[in-house]
Amino acid sequence: MSVKRHEALGLTDTEVIEMFKTMLLARKIDERMWLLNRAGKIPFVISGQGQEAAQVGAAFALDRTKDYIAPYYRDIGVVLTFGMTATELMLSAFAKAEDPNSGGRQMPGHFGQKKNRILTGSSPVATQVPHAVGVALAAKMEKKDFVSFVTLGEGSTNQGDFHEGLNFAGVHQLPVITMVENNRYAISVPYDKQVASSNISIRAKSYGMEGVTVNGNDPLEVYQAVKEARERAIRGDGPSLIEAVTYRLTAHSSDDDDKYRMKEEVAEAKKNDAIVSFKQYLLESGVMTEETLDNLTKEIDTEVNKATDYAEKAPYAKPEDALKFVYEE
Amino acid sequence: MPVMSYIQAVTAALREEMLRDEKVFILGEDVGKKGGVFRATEGLYDEFGEYRVLDTPLSESAIAGVGIGAAMYGMRPVAEMQFADFILPAVNQILSEAARIRYRSNNDWNVPITIRAPYGGGVHGALYHSQSVEAIFANQPGLKIVMPSTPYDVKGLLKSAIRDNDPVLFFEHKRAYRLLKEEVPDEDYTIPIGKADVKREGSDITVITYGLCVHFALQAAEKLAQEGIDVHILDLRTVYPLDQEAIIEAARKTGKVLLITEDNKEGSILSEVAAIIAEHCLFDLDAPIQRLAGPDVPAMPYAPTMEKFFMINPDKCEKAMRDLAEF
Repeated sequence: MSVKRHEALGLTDTEVIEMFKTMLLARKIDERMWLLNRAGKIPFVISGQGQEAAQVGAAFALDRTKDYIAPYYRDIGVVLTFGMTATELMLSAFAKAEDPNSGGRQMPGHFGQKKNRILTGSSPVATQVPHAVGVALAAKMEKKDFVSFVTLGEGSTNQGDFHEGLNFAGVHQLPVITMVENNRYAISVPYDKQVASSNISIRAKSYGMEGVTVNGNDPLEVYQAVKEARERAIRGDGPSLIEAVTYRLTAHSSDDDDKYRMKEEVAEAKKNDAIVSFKQYLLESGVMTEETLDNLTKEIDTEVNKATDYAEKAPYAKPEDALKFVYEE
Repeated sequence: MPVMSYIQAVTAALREEMLRDEKVFILGEDVGKKGGVFRATEGLYDEFGEYRVLDTPLSESAIAGVGIGAAMYGMRPVAEMQFADFILPAVNQILSEAARIRYRSNNDWNVPITIRAPYGGGVHGALYHSQSVEAIFANQPGLKIVMPSTPYDVKGLLKSAIRDNDPVLFFEHKRAYRLLKEEVPDEDYTIPIGKADVKREGSDITVITYGLCVHFALQAAEKLAQEGIDVHILDLRTVYPLDQEAIIEAARKTGKVLLITEDNKEGSILSEVAAIIAEHCLFDLDAPIQRLAGPDVPAMPYAPTMEKFFMINPDKCEKAMRDLAEF
C-alpha cells in the first residue's frame, strides 16, 4: 500500500473520495454535453475536461459556507463543489427557464448563483478579477473572515483587468486568491505566443503577493496551495496568485476544430489525465475499492441521466420574459 | 436654509449618505487625503477614515470593477472618475458588467453602484478635460444616467443614485461646481431618478436641455421675456432612461421645440429626444425640431477662441430661441 498523501494535508478518506466523485461528475456532465451538442440538442459547449483536478482541488480548500467565488467559463468542477447541481448545469446547457445561472439568458459556462456565493460571469475575459477584489475589499472593510477566489485562463492574464485587479489587491493586502488555470492554449494560441514570462506565477512579485506554480493535474497539490493561500488571507497576510498547470483535453469549444495542435500532443496529455491518476491513487492507497468505484460510477451515470432528462423536458422561458429584469422590478 | 454651491451639494449628499448607511463608501483617485482634485470629498477622509474614502491606484477599470464586486456583495460604493474623459478604460466594466449583471443573472445579482464623474467644458480643459460622454452610455438598458443642473437637484439626485439598487452614472458639470449657488435644505430629501423638471413655465417655445445649458437657457429666456417671448424650459435631469411623458408634454405645450446640449450634435441625447417628439408629437408641431449643440469635431480645443466657439453660451441660446419663436 502506498502513502496516503492526503492525510498529511488533513483530508480524510471520505473527503478525497468526495473530491474524486466531484471530478468524475464534472467530467461526465461535460462529456454528456458534447454528446448532446453533436446530436443537435444543445447549441454550444465549452469544456472543463482536463482541468477538473485543479478546479475541485482548489474549491475543496475553500470554506464552502462563506467564501465567494468568481469562476471562469471552464469551471464546472468549481461550481459543482460550491453547490451547483448536475441538474442545474444541464438546465443551463439546455437554456431552460429554471437555470439558476441566468434563466436561459446566457450561454453555458457563464456561471452565477447567489445562494452559493457564485458571482455572475460574462464573456469578456478577466472582468471577474476586479469583482473578486471588490468582494475581498468588502471582507476587509467589514472585518469578516471569508475570502474570495477567482479563476481565469493563462491567456486572460494579459488583460488589463488582471493587472489592475491584482495590483489593487496587492496594494490593499486583500483576502483574494487568484488561480490561473494554465491549460497551455488560449483557443489556438499556445503559451509562448501569449506570455513572455517563463511562468504565470512570477507575475505575483510585481503585485506584492505570494505566487506559486503547482501541478494542476494533482488535486492534492492544488488543494494544499489554495489552503495555504486561504490561511494567509484570513490571517491578514494578503492575496495570492496560484498557477495550476493543466492541459485542455478538448477543443476550445464545440465550434472549434482544434486543428492547430498535434493529435500526438493531446494523446500524450491524456496520459496525465487526473481522472485516471487520482483514481489510481485512491485505489492503490486503499482509500477506495474497485467495488466502491463501480458503485460511484453508476451513481454518477444515473445522476447525469436524470439531470439530462429533467433539463430536456423543462420549459423554456416565455418569449416576453426577455423584457424582464433590466432594472429592479 | 444654507446657500450651497453645486460641489458643496455633492459633498453634503455624500456625507449624509455615509452617515445614514455604513455600507456607503467612496473610492477613486485622490479622493482620500486630498479630498478630490475638485474637493468633492473634502473632509470625508478625516471624518470616516481610509476605508470609507479609499484612495485607489490610478486604474479606472479597477475603480469600476472593484466597486462592482463590492456592490454585488452588498456594499454601496460611490466610485469617482477624476474626469469623465477618463472613464473610457472602465467602459467594459460599466457596460459589459454593471449594466448587464441583473439581466444576465435573471435578477439573482444586482449592482448598486454610483459612478460620479465631472464633465463639461468652458474651463480651459481642452480635449481631454472638457468632454461630455453621456451619449456613449445612453443606449445601454440596465444603466441610469443622471446629469443635474442645480445644487438642489444635485443633493436630492445623488442621494437617490446612492440608494438605487441599479448602477447609476452621475455626471456633474465641472464649471457648475463653483459657478452655481442656491439655497439647499440641510435636511434629508431625495429627487426621483427618471423624472424631468420644468425649470421655467412658458407658452411660446419649448427648450429641452440638461446640465449647465439649463442656466444658459434660463438667462436667455429672461432676456427674451422683455421682448414678449415666453419660453418653457424642461430640464431632463435624467438623460437615460428618458422621461418620455414629460418630453411629450413639454413639446405639445408650445409646438415649437429647441433642444440644447453641450455635447457634439450627432448621435447625442438630443437625437433620441428628437425621435421621441417626432414619433409622438408630429401633428402638434408648428416648426421643425431645432437642435443647438457642439459642432461635430472630436472635442473642444484649448485656445480660448476655439473653446468659446465650441461652447454653448446664453447668446447662442438666445439667438436659437428667437429664431424658433419667429418661425
